Amino acid sequence: MIRINCPYCGERDHSEFSYGGDATINYPSLDASEKEWTEAIFFRKNIKGFQFETWHHSNGCRMWLVVERSTVTHEIKSVKPCNPNLQKVVENNK
Amino acid sequence: MKTRRLDNYGKINRDKILSFRWDKKNYKGFEGDTLASALLANNIGIVGRSFKYHRPRGIFSSGVEESGALVTIGSKDRRDPNVRATTQELYNGLEASGQNAFPNVNFDLAGINNYLGRFFAAGFYYKTFMGIPPFEWGRGTAIWMFFEKFIRKAAGMGSASELPDPDSYEHAHDFCDLIVVGSGPAGVAAAIEAVEKKLDVILVEQDSLVGGDQLAENNFDNSQIKNQLENLGIKIMTRTTAFGLYDNCVVGLLERVTDHISAPNVNIPRQRFWTIRAKHIIVGAGAIERHIAFNNNDIPGVMTVNASKHYLNRYGVLTGKRIAIATNNDSVYETAQQLSEAGANVTVLDSRTNFEIETNKSFEIRKGYVPYNINGSKKIHSLDISKSEDMNKFETLNCDQVLLSGGWSPAVHLLSHRGVKPKWDYNNACFLPTDTKENITMVGSSRGLWNKNDCIASGIAGTTDALNRLGISKTNYFFPKPGGWKNPIQPLYEVKYKKSRPKSFVDYQHDVTTDDVRLAHREGFISVEHLKRYTTLGMANDQGKMGNIIGLSLMAELLNKEIPEVGTTVFRPPYTPVSIGALSGRNVGKHFRPLRVTPMHQWNIGHGAKMIEVGLYQRPWYYPKENETLSESYIREASTVRKTVGICDVTSLGKISIQGPDSTEFLNRIYSNGFSKLQVGKARYGIMLRDDGIVMDDGTSWRLAENEYFMTTSTGEAAKVMSWLEELLQTRWTDLNVNVTSVSEQWAGVSVAGPKSREVLNNCLDDSLVITNNNLPFMGVTSTFLKGNIPCRIARISFSGELAFEVYVKSDFANTMMDLLWENAKKYDGCLYGLEALGALRVEKGHVTAAELDGRVTIDDAGLSKMASTKKSYIGSAMRKRGVLKNNDREILVGFFPTNLKETFNAGTIVCEKNNIKGQGIGRITSVTYSPELGHWIGLGFVKGGLDKWKDTNLVGADPVRNKQMNLKVVSPHMIDPKGERMYA
Ligand SMILES: [Zn+2]
Repeated sequence: MIRINCPYCGERDHSEFSYGGDATINYPSLDASEKEWTEAIFFRKNIKGFQFETWHHSNGCRMWLVVERSTVTHEIKSVKPCNPNLQKVVENNK
Repeated sequence: MKTRRLDNYGKINRDKILSFRWDKKNYKGFEGDTLASALLANNIGIVGRSFKYHRPRGIFSSGVEESGALVTIGSKDRRDPNVRATTQELYNGLEASGQNAFPNVNFDLAGINNYLGRFFAAGFYYKTFMGIPPFEWGRGTAIWMFFEKFIRKAAGMGSASELPDPDSYEHAHDFCDLIVVGSGPAGVAAAIEAVEKKLDVILVEQDSLVGGDQLAENNFDNSQIKNQLENLGIKIMTRTTAFGLYDNCVVGLLERVTDHISAPNVNIPRQRFWTIRAKHIIVGAGAIERHIAFNNNDIPGVMTVNASKHYLNRYGVLTGKRIAIATNNDSVYETAQQLSEAGANVTVLDSRTNFEIETNKSFEIRKGYVPYNINGSKKIHSLDISKSEDMNKFETLNCDQVLLSGGWSPAVHLLSHRGVKPKWDYNNACFLPTDTKENITMVGSSRGLWNKNDCIASGIAGTTDALNRLGISKTNYFFPKPGGWKNPIQPLYEVKYKKSRPKSFVDYQHDVTTDDVRLAHREGFISVEHLKRYTTLGMANDQGKMGNIIGLSLMAELLNKEIPEVGTTVFRPPYTPVSIGALSGRNVGKHFRPLRVTPMHQWNIGHGAKMIEVGLYQRPWYYPKENETLSESYIREASTVRKTVGICDVTSLGKISIQGPDSTEFLNRIYSNGFSKLQVGKARYGIMLRDDGIVMDDGTSWRLAENEYFMTTSTGEAAKVMSWLEELLQTRWTDLNVNVTSVSEQWAGVSVAGPKSREVLNNCLDDSLVITNNNLPFMGVTSTFLKGNIPCRIARISFSGELAFEVYVKSDFANTMMDLLWENAKKYDGCLYGLEALGALRVEKGHVTAAELDGRVTIDDAGLSKMASTKKSYIGSAMRKRGVLKNNDREILVGFFPTNLKETFNAGTIVCEKNNIKGQGIGRITSVTYSPELGHWIGLGFVKGGLDKWKDTNLVGADPVRNKQMNLKVVSPHMIDPKGERMYA
C-alpha cells in the first residue's frame, strides 16, 4: 500500500498512479541501431533494494515522476518530476 | 458425551431466549451464545462430516481455529457455507445445517469412505491428475476428467448460494497513530498506555466482546473494561478481524456489521472492509492451543482444554461428565479444577513424570500417561492410555470427553504476513515472533507469554516501543521473558498406535493423518512447502492453526532433524476467510466499473438504439426496426450506408489536442508514416508503434493550424495513447515545445457515410460550398458552422469505404447535431447505424481494428507496409524488423470466404491445412460478418505467408469450441472496391 508524495498534488494513494518502468534508461536516438534499442527495451536489472522507477500520476496532475523505491520494503526515498524543466520549477517553489 | 447448561455459570443473558434451527429441527439458546455453545447446550455432538473420509466431527474449539464445526448458515440467496459455528453469534431465527453429508451428519452414506482410506491418502488428487499406475500412468487427464465430478461432489464442504447476493458491503478507510489488534490483557494495557501518552488509538477485537482469553474466566467483567476504554477515547471495533498486515503500516480489517442480527436494517452493509493506515501496529493476537495426534483423535467429544473452559465460564455449558484431559504442560490445571468443581469427573493425563503442581485435589492426575486411542465412532466410549515411557503398560479409561492440550502456538500470523520469520523456542515448544524494522510490535501471549501479569507488562512495553520508534519518547523498556509456567512443557505431538492404518489426525479440516505425512516423506516430499501442498496439510480455511506444528514435528522426526531446521510455512492473508462480497464492496452490478456514455446517449436510445459495451463506453450496437433481429438490422443498416447514407455516433474515439511549435516534429516521431508535409486543412491516417516495433494504435491527425493538430485514437487505446504521449514529452523529449490535452469529453463526433452523405451534410451547413469535392477533397479538414450557427469541425474521412465525413461539435450541441443530420438523412432514405454495421462495413474493406491489432501484429503483418516510412526514423522503426519479426512465415492479414458460400464461420476459428488439422494451425480468423454487398459471410484474419502463399489452396476452418468445421479460401482483405473509387467520389 504505497503512498507517493507527488510534488504537485501532495501525498496520494498509489491507486491514483500508474506504474511506468525503469527510470534510469537512456533511450537511444530514433535512428540508433536495433542492438542499442534492444538493450534499452529488453534488458532490465532485477534490483533488490532501492531503484529509480517512473510512475504516472494518471488520476491526478498527469505528471510523470521518478520515484526512488525499495523493492523490498516499498519505502520511498525521493519523488521528482521526470521532466528536468519541471524539476527546476519544483525546486524554486520549495 | 453428555453436554448440558449449568445454572450458575456463564455470562449469557438468560432473560433473552433465542430460537434457532439446526438441520431442520428447532432448538433454543440464549443471547450471548455462539451457535457452537447453543448446540453443545442442546447436547448436539455431531455437527459435520469430515472432508475426505466423512467421519463424524464435533466442536473442537471455541474460536477462529475451529476445524470441525464448519456449518452452513442461512438459506437461498443468503446461504453462507463453511461458517465456524464457534464464532457465529446466535440470533433469533438463525438457520444452520451440517455440511459434507447426505442425508445428514448423523447418517452419512459417504461414511463408507472411512473404510476406503487408502484410496484417499496423501497426493490422491495429484495422482489422479497423472493417472493411476500401472494402467493409466501418463494418461491422467482422462481419468481426472472422469473422477473430477465425483471428487468435487464428495470432497466439497459447503456449497455457496448461486443466487445474487442480496446484501450490500462497503469499503471504508481510517487513520490512527496506533492500532492494537486484540483486546486481551496485553492489548488493553497497550491501548490504555498509548491513549494516556496522547496517541490516537484504534483497538480491534474479532470477538463480540472485549477481553480476549479473559472471557473464559468466571469472574471477568468485560463491560467494565469496555467502559474504561471508551471513556479514555479509544475507538473500539468489535466483531472486527485484522485479517492482514500490508506495507507501510496498513492493516486490512473485516467488520461483521450485521452477521449477528436476525433482521438487519437493509440500509446497513452486512460487512465492512476497512483499510486502516496507522503509524504503528501492536499485535496482541493471543495464542492457539494445539491438539495431540493419536488414533481416533477426531471422535466427537474431543476438544481443546481451553475451549471447555470458555464453554463453562462464558456460556455456562459443561462439555462432559467424565472428562479425560491429556496434556504435556501446566496450562490445563486451572481448567481441570473448574470442570471438576462444576460437577465433572476429571482425570488429567500428563505426559511428564517429574513435576509439581498445586491443585485442590478434586481430580486425579496420572503422571507420565498419554492417550493413544479413542474407542467410539459417533461419540466417545472410552480412552486407551499408556505409560509414556512404556507403551506396554496400558489401560482403558471410561470417559465421554477427551480434552487435549499439546502446547500453545503464539498467533504470529499477522507478523508472518510481513515476511518476518518466527523462531523456534525449545523451552516453550513453539514458534516465537522475531523483531522487525517495520513499526510492528508483538505483545502478550502472541510473543509466548503465558501469564496475565507478563502480558500486561508486555502491553505497556509495546506502547513504549511504539513511542520510541515514532520519535515521541526515548524510554528504556523491556519485555518479560517468554514462558511463565512453573514446570517446563515436554514436547508431545503424536502418540503412535501400533495397529495398521491408524486415523491419527494432524489437520482435522483436510483429514490429513500422521500416515499421510509419512507417505509424503516416503514419496520424496521433504520440504515443508511441498509437504503442505502434497498432503494439503494446513491448506483448509483454518490454515492449520492447530495442526501445522504437529505436521512439522512429524517431518522433523522423519528427517532426523529439529523443527527449526525443517522450517515453517509462511502464513499469508487473510487470517480468517474474507467474503468475496466484502472484497468487492460497492463495485458490483452496474457499479462494477465506471460507465461512460456519449453526449447523444439518450438521443440514440430515443431513436431505438440497442446498446453494447465497448471498453467503458456504451455505444449504439444496432437500431432495429419493429421486430428486426440483430442480423436483420445490421445488414439493412450496412446496405443503406452503401446505397444512400447512414449516421453513426463515433464520440467514443479518443481525441487529443496537440499544440505547440514542435507539434509537427512530434507527430513525425510517433507515427510510422510521414507527417512533416501534411498541409493545414488536411488530415492523415497514421499508425503508432511501440518501442519494440509492434503496432500500438491507429487513428487520424488533422492539421488545424500551423502549430495545432486534432488527433483521434481508437476507443480502446485512448487512455493508453494519451499517457504514452505524455510520457514521451515528459521523459524523453523534454526539449520539444508541445502540449497535449485530452479533449475526448469536449467533442461529440458523428460519421456521415454513404453516396448521399455530402448532400445530407450540405443541407445541414450554413455554407453549403465548403464541402464540395474541390473545397474538401478526400482527407480534407475544415472548420465551419452547422445551421443555427453551431461551430463544427469536418474531415472527409472514411472507415466504411464510402464517401464519408466525420463531423465534430462541442458536446453540448450533440443532440442538435443529431436532430439536424437525421432530419436530412431521412429525406434520402438514410439510416442510423451502430457498431455491428460499422464492423460489417470495415471488414468488407479490410480495415483493421483492435480485433486485429492485438499487440502481436507488426505493420507488415497488418498489410500496411506502405505506412512505414523509409525516409525517417520514428518510434519502433529500429525494432520493427528485428529477429522473429522479419521471418517470412509470419501471419499476414488476409480475407476469408467460405468455399461453400452458404456456410458461416465465427471469429476465433483456427485456420489449418487440409490434412493437418491440429494445434494452432497456420492462422486464425479475427473478425467475421455477413457482407450485404457480396451476399455471403466473409472474414478477416491472419495466415502464415499471407495471400500469395494460399490464394489457390483450399484450407479448413476448425472451430473446436463450437464443434464446427468448414472449408475456406483465402482472399485479399480488400473485399470491396479495392481501388477506393467510392471514397474519392
Ligand atoms: Zn500529481
